[in-house]
Amino acid sequence: MKVSDVVEKLGLKVLSGAKGLDLEVTGCYVSDLLSDVMGKADAGQIWITLQTHRNVMAIASLKDLAAVILVSDLLPEDDTAKQSEEENIPVLGTHLPTFEIAGKLYALLTK
Amino acid sequence: MNLFKADLHIHTVLSPCGDLEMSPGAIVRIAASKGIDILGITDHNSTKHGMLTSKLAKEKGIFVLCGAEVTTKEEVHCLSFFETPDALETFQQYLDKHLSFVKNDPKVFGYQVVVDEDEQILEFEERLLISALDQSIDQVAAEVRSLNGLFIPAHINRPRFGLLSQLGFVPKGLNPDAFEISNGVTPQAMKSKYPVMANSAFITSSDAHFPDAIGGAFSMFKIEKRSFSEIYKALHNIDNRSVWPANQAKA
Repeated sequence: MKVSDVVEKLGLKVLSGAKGLDLEVTGCYVSDLLSDVMGKADAGQIWITLQTHRNVMAIASLKDLAAVILVSDLLPEDDTAKQSEEENIPVLGTHLPTFEIAGKLYALLTK
Repeated sequence: MNLFKADLHIHTVLSPCGDLEMSPGAIVRIAASKGIDILGITDHNSTKHGMLTSKLAKEKGIFVLCGAEVTTKEEVHCLSFFETPDALETFQQYLDKHLSFVKNDPKVFGYQVVVDEDEQILEFEERLLISALDQSIDQVAAEVRSLNGLFIPAHINRPRFGLLSQLGFVPKGLNPDAFEISNGVTPQAMKSKYPVMANSAFITSSDAHFPDAIGGAFSMFKIEKRSFSEIYKALHNIDNRSVWPANQAKA
């Protein structure tokens, strides 16, 4: 499944990094501690978080993540969006809180 | 040049987790008995006990840095200090404007009170002071810098509320005045793991929330005299001034 399929099926907004919509999604990791994501996330995963700092994109790039979903209508900071464009890793948005979007993505990926 | 013992991270009774015995007067008495020369008063997201502690400390020959321990949007704790009462007041207004409103429940977090020098209660702080600001670490750092203050990420190597746990690594361009480290980690160890810290100053402090903890960890300053500008010079290794962590077994 591609990031674009997830966007379409879950009704996500593409906030930045649209060039990365063709990336393959292998799974998902949910955490708001960046140190934890750095240690435990795997390549190809979508990362669900409420953190909007530019370090999010540095870690997404380091770990070769497929995309970042910001929950609860949060928006990336300007330099976060800029880095998402540069790295071609999409930042996606949803009005749903973490529990609900994670549940929907789990259902989609384990279908 | 002279050597001064500094504990720059102390909570008063105003902090939700601060012991009721941590009045400015008591902190000064204990600091004097432990030979501390410089105190940093850093309540969670409030500066309101700084000036009183400074006044009482002066009578005992102790120099006080007034500031706060700020909780950024990312839940990174950062110490901030200001030289003038005006800058401190301006920063208090910034905290008031940006602290999320969560009502304190004294049964859970204890009372958050501002007292006078006779330890009479002047004010109950209604908002839970350990909530976070709606400002990023970069925005807080910029605000502190605009007021010519000192910006020092607190206990950066702790697993909770430290810069490294919350943000993974030091954001590019943050350039703090120093890093506070804890749990016996050495500046050398931090520098070899994080090259961005190669030229940084490090401090250790007690993060005291109750009287016995004051001075349990401290830093040594080599400066001419105790003043804000001399401390700034030590943090930036200017004119042969310097600072280093001096761990001591917990009191």
